[in-house]
Amino acid sequence: MTVVSVTVNRTVYRRDVEDRLLLSDFLRNDLSLTGTHVGCEHGVCGACTVIVDGYSVRSCLLLAVQTDGAVVETVEGLGTTEALNPLQKAFQDHHALQCGFCTPGFLMACTDMLRRLPLTTDAEIREALSGNLCRCTGYEHIVNAVRDAVRKRGPL
Amino acid sequence: MDVELRPKLVGQRIKRFEDPRLLTGAGRFVDDITPPGTLFLAFRRSDHPHALIKSIDLGSALSVPGVVAVFDATDIENDLRPAIPSSRMKGYYATPLWPLARGKVRYVGEPVLAVAAESRYAAEDALDRIQIDYESLPFANRAEDAVADGAPLLHEDAGTNAIVVRSFGRGDVDAAFAGAAFSVGATFRLRRKTPVAIENRCYLAEWDKRRSALTLHSSTNIPGVIRDVLSDCLDLPGNRLRVIAPDVGGSFGSKGSLYPEEMLVAVLARKLQRPIKWTSDRLEDLASTSQAFDEIMQAELAVDADGRLLGLKADVIGDIGAYSIYPWTGALEPVQVVSFMPGPYRLENYQARVRGVVTPKAPTGPYRGVGRPAATFAMERLIDMAARRLGLDPAEMRRRNLITAPEFPYRSASGIIWDRSGFQECLQAACDKANYDSLLRKRDEARAEGRWVGIGFASYAELTGIGSRISVAPGMPINTGTETATIRIDATGSITAAFGIASHGQGLETTLAQVIADELGCRIEDIEIQHGDSALVPMGTGTYASRSAVLGGGAATLSARVVRTKVLKAAAHLMELPVDKLVAHNGIVSAPGSNQSITFKEIANAVYAQMGRIPHNAREDLVASETYDPYFGTATSATHLAMIEIDTGTYGVTVTRYVVAEDCGRVINPMIVDGQVQGAVAQGIGVALLEEVIHDDDGQIVTASLADYLIPIAGTMPPIGIVHVETVLPPTQGGFRGMGEGGTIGAPAAIANAVSDALSAMGIEITTLPITPDRIFQLITQQGSLPQ
Ligand code: FES
Ligand code: FES
Repeated sequence: MTVVSVTVNRTVYRRDVEDRLLLSDFLRNDLSLTGTHVGCEHGVCGACTVIVDGYSVRSCLLLAVQTDGAVVETVEGLGTTEALNPLQKAFQDHHALQCGFCTPGFLMACTDMLRRLPLTTDAEIREALSGNLCRCTGYEHIVNAVRDAVRKRGPL
Repeated sequence: MDVELRPKLVGQRIKRFEDPRLLTGAGRFVDDITPPGTLFLAFRRSDHPHALIKSIDLGSALSVPGVVAVFDATDIENDLRPAIPSSRMKGYYATPLWPLARGKVRYVGEPVLAVAAESRYAAEDALDRIQIDYESLPFANRAEDAVADGAPLLHEDAGTNAIVVRSFGRGDVDAAFAGAAFSVGATFRLRRKTPVAIENRCYLAEWDKRRSALTLHSSTNIPGVIRDVLSDCLDLPGNRLRVIAPDVGGSFGSKGSLYPEEMLVAVLARKLQRPIKWTSDRLEDLASTSQAFDEIMQAELAVDADGRLLGLKADVIGDIGAYSIYPWTGALEPVQVVSFMPGPYRLENYQARVRGVVTPKAPTGPYRGVGRPAATFAMERLIDMAARRLGLDPAEMRRRNLITAPEFPYRSASGIIWDRSGFQECLQAACDKANYDSLLRKRDEARAEGRWVGIGFASYAELTGIGSRISVAPGMPINTGTETATIRIDATGSITAAFGIASHGQGLETTLAQVIADELGCRIEDIEIQHGDSALVPMGTGTYASRSAVLGGGAATLSARVVRTKVLKAAAHLMELPVDKLVAHNGIVSAPGSNQSITFKEIANAVYAQMGRIPHNAREDLVASETYDPYFGTATSATHLAMIEIDTGTYGVTVTRYVVAEDCGRVINPMIVDGQVQGAVAQGIGVALLEEVIHDDDGQIVTASLADYLIPIAGTMPPIGIVHVETVLPPTQGGFRGMGEGGTIGAPAAIANAVSDALSAMGIEITTLPITPDRIFQLITQQGSLPQ
């Protein structure tokens, strides 16, 4: 067991964890932050995407102990049901989710790409989204939502 | 304003009520629920395709910290009865379904034993310590071998591997072929798929000692069916057995059957009197969740000199996997392949045989489109092959054969009744939307530059919103044709509407609220839609088979109408006006032409909370529960048009243009309908170009990760152009037709036709899906026409 001290969505947590505990399981089970989903546990689907120290990562491929001292952002740190943030709002406006299971992963991946990438063309948006799988939407509405979010963000 | 002119919510792009919770991580999927004291299960699964279980040695499994117990089939033998996927079909053999393999395993991935432990980590640790000895049995891996005489039997009691055999026929096929100008034919092969909902299956059962009652939280889209079957298996009455499907992360059919793990979780919760949870990982999902679309279709089409269809022959072998799935049976997919193969065409003479064959693979079950993607692939390929022989444009070929308006209702050669739907109109609309003539010019210009570009169509019709006249699966003794809605206005004036459906991405909490708000005259934000819970209505089955908008919408309309009458009657007493002078809109009852009005909230308060406001013998609760049965189904029709380009270096196929023209009746929410079409087309593109479950000769599954089983990603999906064609509204309540599956039905055929068109100069016809670069390479080399 190892003590991990990690900041998640601006709250500091200290927990004693098994070294092999996945970050995804740590967030979901130890911290009860079940918004982060798990779709494959082998790094392909992107449902478990969170942001660690500013970069989007797959929480199923990280161990909780690797985040000792890190700053983690999850879907619970975005807007609330009463006050969606602009990206969440764009997802709702454009019907970019159906079952919603992949959605937290897409939101975190998009949060990262909106901070860092110009995303000026649809091709660039589609390329950036290609690390996340959605089986419901066919992606078109997600592309539309991101384009809208880029427009509201303005150029970098 | 005249009531009829008031803006309706049906038809509008209402934003979904589901979204805020799902966008903020506040959704509740089964795996998000962990009651105190939960035990977690891990399964040891068969690594043999067909073998006897000789012995099981638990080794040190029980000494792993946190491990509570290990179960094999013998440990639970007396705790339940098996589920029997029965059918009224003649000559069909129903394979019993048990939670754990009994004495023998029949596919790689079949659950053999389960470890229960305080954590999933501990349960999985224990699995490694257990030794199972098997004695391998011979097996026939391929359906065409399994169906042959003398093939090793998977279920000895059945006496055959062909547990489903059916024939269809109409007219005189031999005479039709004898009189034909020519015929075209081929053996078409659709390779096995797996649905890949992004949420893996997950079950959590809780035993309530106080009531001796079981609650099962299940990632299912058929909670009512699961309640009913488990009631028999566990011998528990329905009032002590509740199945809840909370938020469910996609299904596409894969969560629409009863699963062994689901049964076991329920059995063990009662046996151990503790909450029991199992969460599948993706490997288990790819090995054991119901698969689909594994069809070998020999088909031949007779045509006259003008391109008119004279006769069709089909002989189909469906590989149904190791078990007949509950409740749909192994007949679901293969029988639909032959019943839908004649397509939306005028065709008098048809003869077909279908055999559903058990093989040592995961059971097949419903997957978006069920049977029709395969049927449409074969038929639409034949149509294009015939058109090519005649030198006829494929659109014109279809125009000559699609059923025309005056011919409806049309009884298809397999006995399906098509009601009036836009068969011809969709073809025209697809051509118009895509600007077909200019696409043809672009294709020809590209070809002149040496590029491999092709255009393909697919036209089809499907039966949706099926009522009680026939079950959605052939011969299945479960009523899938009715849906109940219970609507009540409570003392605070808020409205609750409860259904037997189970929305899992379709947005039914939004669309059904739109229907109710219009019919009841209330405010849409005052409605809560409840679904996904077997306790809500006496009998409900769930959401599948493109039924929920038609049947749920119909039941919602009927119930809302009764409640509105009660609201108006109460208002009439309160306002002292005749009831026929009153109208309800947006939560207010008013009398047009007067300035009197009263809100639903005030009416509810008067009805429930204030004594004497309404004469005691006239007071009625503001509730209604009505059941809708469309009896027949209704035809949803569409034409898809795809343009593709093949990379002449890599043989990779890119879809460059895609158009869907669809008649799904009255559209409740165009935004949601577009989303359904786009998602279904993406799955169809996966069927056409990427997806294939591969078993090697040893019966092992090769595609056991999402890096091996590829599904479409954002970078490879084209934008989809969608036209909603609304011809004549169908006779269903509200004029709705079902539309959740069509995209997956049309896309494989349209792309297969487009690729064949691109390669037509080499004389290549696509007969196997998916069309991988490797398959294109082989076709070109076989043809001896490998370009420089
Ligand atoms: S769960 Fe982490 S990538 Fe799929
Ligand atoms: S919305 Fe269901 S997987 Fe993306």
